[in-house]
Amino acid sequence: MPTIVITGLGASTPLGGDLATTWDALVSGRSGVHRIQEDWADDLATKIAARAMVDPASKLDRVEARRLDRSTQFALVSAMEAWADAGFGLGDDNPVDRDRLLVSLASGIGGLQSLIANWDAQKDKGPRRVSPFTIPLLIANAPAANVGLKIGARAGVHAPVSACASSNEAIALASDLMRLGRADVALVGGAEAVIHPFTIAAFNQMQALSRRNDEPERASRPWDVDRDGFVMGEGGACLVLETLEHAQARGARIYGTLAGAGISADSHDMVQPDPDGYGQSLAMKRAIADTGLAVTDFVHVNAHGTSTPQGDVTEAGSVRSALGDHADEVVVTSTKLMTGHLLGAAGAIETISSLLALYHRSVPPTINLDNPEPGLGIDIAANKARPLPGGDLAALNNSFGFGGHNVCVAVTNQHATH
Amino acid sequence: MATTEEIRAELATIVNDVAGVAVEDVQLDKSFTEDLDVDSLSMVEIIYACEDKFGVSIPDEDSKNLRTVGDAVAYIERAQA
Repeated sequence: MPTIVITGLGASTPLGGDLATTWDALVSGRSGVHRIQEDWADDLATKIAARAMVDPASKLDRVEARRLDRSTQFALVSAMEAWADAGFGLGDDNPVDRDRLLVSLASGIGGLQSLIANWDAQKDKGPRRVSPFTIPLLIANAPAANVGLKIGARAGVHAPVSACASSNEAIALASDLMRLGRADVALVGGAEAVIHPFTIAAFNQMQALSRRNDEPERASRPWDVDRDGFVMGEGGACLVLETLEHAQARGARIYGTLAGAGISADSHDMVQPDPDGYGQSLAMKRAIADTGLAVTDFVHVNAHGTSTPQGDVTEAGSVRSALGDHADEVVVTSTKLMTGHLLGAAGAIETISSLLALYHRSVPPTINLDNPEPGLGIDIAANKARPLPGGDLAALNNSFGFGGHNVCVAVTNQHATH
Repeated sequence: MATTEEIRAELATIVNDVAGVAVEDVQLDKSFTEDLDVDSLSMVEIIYACEDKFGVSIPDEDSKNLRTVGDAVAYIERAQA
């Protein structure tokens, strides 16, 4: 079974238009959450969001951009950064065997803004004013398909949909397919762009969003006693996966190893996590087992940690249950307080964060943790970045989605080159 | 009444906006699909942009016969007359 390494990274997030800017903000503990400036927020209970720092359309050809939903624009921008970071070009400068190249890239919701804009056009001006590009704009596989077209992937293009676990599931799927020998290189990740009055109203009706409108940068506060919901973010994040053999043959720079993944389903409720955390813990245990490592090799967990009243407590218990007493030695963080919740892209940006935490031996801080919920039983990197020791390190990244989807991805610093 | 050249120039702006074709390439003898590489979905957008711009109606059964830029300009001229 081939070893899978990570050789390229890219991101466009509320913290920066590229990964370097995003990572710098993550370790510095800077928040990307701001007040929504548009008038449409006036009658919403939630008036804050984490908007992308750079408009992805500004980095694309004008005609190309107008045929892509904003979610796909994020996918393409972050995918091209990761692809170039891995040392690959496009067209004649793309050295990868296309038949051995796959894409697994997810969006949790899809091209919602294109759907709404074209329905508005139909209502206002009639059916002949609906864009002929509407369906290719809005289908949830559009980000994956457009990235696949761009890099010429022929081994398969996949877009698993599991709400906020989607891009972790995309990574897990690609890992499995590569281990089965179906591809040498995979471009994986996620993208989401649904900051819109309609989605904010809809999430508000579920009581899911923070309403701390007077302190946007302090609104997302996982595990703090005053947390009151998540903050919606947007963006894209991508990784290039490669078999170790393929990467070493071309002398590629390696960030670390995609060591395994674990998937489970709560089978409990459509939107609430199972409070006993059985499914979450099962996903983590499966990810650990999949790596072949011991529990004691793990030093870091990037939690799903959305800042919801029930979710954070459940996850703390699940981490404790999966790691046992070794949980005392594991640094837990949530990066959603800085990025906001990137929904379908959350798994990808947080897998990148986990990987870079090992690569740079520094865990981004859980900011805004003023008064931790008592009795959590986990060691949180409260308010400042936490250094990691030398030597071999492994980390887990959790993503959980509405529907009871639990996906845990395991990364290590094995084979990393500097 | 717009002249043939005025209609061609406006149409060139629309084709550029929708499909990215250089304005100076949109000449009367050019075929949308063969010379200008405009795909069928972009053609639908160009037709409805023309309807809005020139205040004419171009039903589907007519639009499919507009092969060249000259065909489109002539159709718009007749519809405006």
